[in-house]
Amino acid sequence: MNKLDELLNFNHQALNLRAYRQQVLASNIANGDTPGYKARDIDFKSALAAATAQPTAAGDPSATASQKNAAAADPDLLFRNVLQPSIDGNTVDMDVERAQFAENTVHYESNIAALTHHIRMMLAAIQG
Amino acid sequence: MTSLLKVFDVAASAMTAQAQRLNVVASNLANADSATGPDGKAYKARQVIFSTQAMGGAENSGVRVSGVVDDPSPMKRLYQPNHPMADETGYVTMPNVSVVEEMVNMISASRAYQNNVEAINTTKTLLAKTLTIGQ
Repeated sequence: MNKLDELLNFNHQALNLRAYRQQVLASNIANGDTPGYKARDIDFKSALAAATAQPTAAGDPSATASQKNAAAADPDLLFRNVLQPSIDGNTVDMDVERAQFAENTVHYESNIAALTHHIRMMLAAIQG
Repeated sequence: MTSLLKVFDVAASAMTAQAQRLNVVASNLANADSATGPDGKAYKARQVIFSTQAMGGAENSGVRVSGVVDDPSPMKRLYQPNHPMADETGYVTMPNVSVVEEMVNMISASRAYQNNVEAINTTKTLLAKTLTIGQ
């Protein structure tokens, strides 16, 4: 893994996980009225640790696409612990989901800001 | 990037399902007093059944309406001997539509629809932001 990849890899992995989590939370919001649906989420901390702990295939430019995909496996989907389950078996708490959705959005945007900052920094180093 | 686009499909499926629920509520409310229909019987209230629909990957689950069923609650019986639809005992069978429940249903469907619109708008902003990386 070269220095450029190394610098961008962390934010790249974090951004991928944020996008993944955005889908999970959007599915929870979509299924707010579906009987028997169980709200899901990921443990972001452990998922990011797992994604960045693979220095071999994920950031290696010589690795093939399938090797990269195998390295960047989907994080574990967990079930949310719910305080007020409803009688039809649905465990979506819309307040929680909306709050997490907003939180995830802010984190995604801050990740993009950090990534842009890193790219500018590298450009400055290259151009002098 | 492509994965975020899936949010549109998921939220859109939920909006379609909620819109269908709103349609059924509108039919029920409109026919709350229909003592007779094309089959000569009073209107029966209908309810939608939501179910989860896989949309590629464990993280994407949309919603679909798996069926529209007749409400199993008993029909209302009104004592109106002068009514043309009254039986020999003077009772008229009226629809089993609960107007209060339908109004609650309507508000719930409308709020759920708004939630999904919000999810789409937020994701749209995120996608636009993603395109500005490095600028």
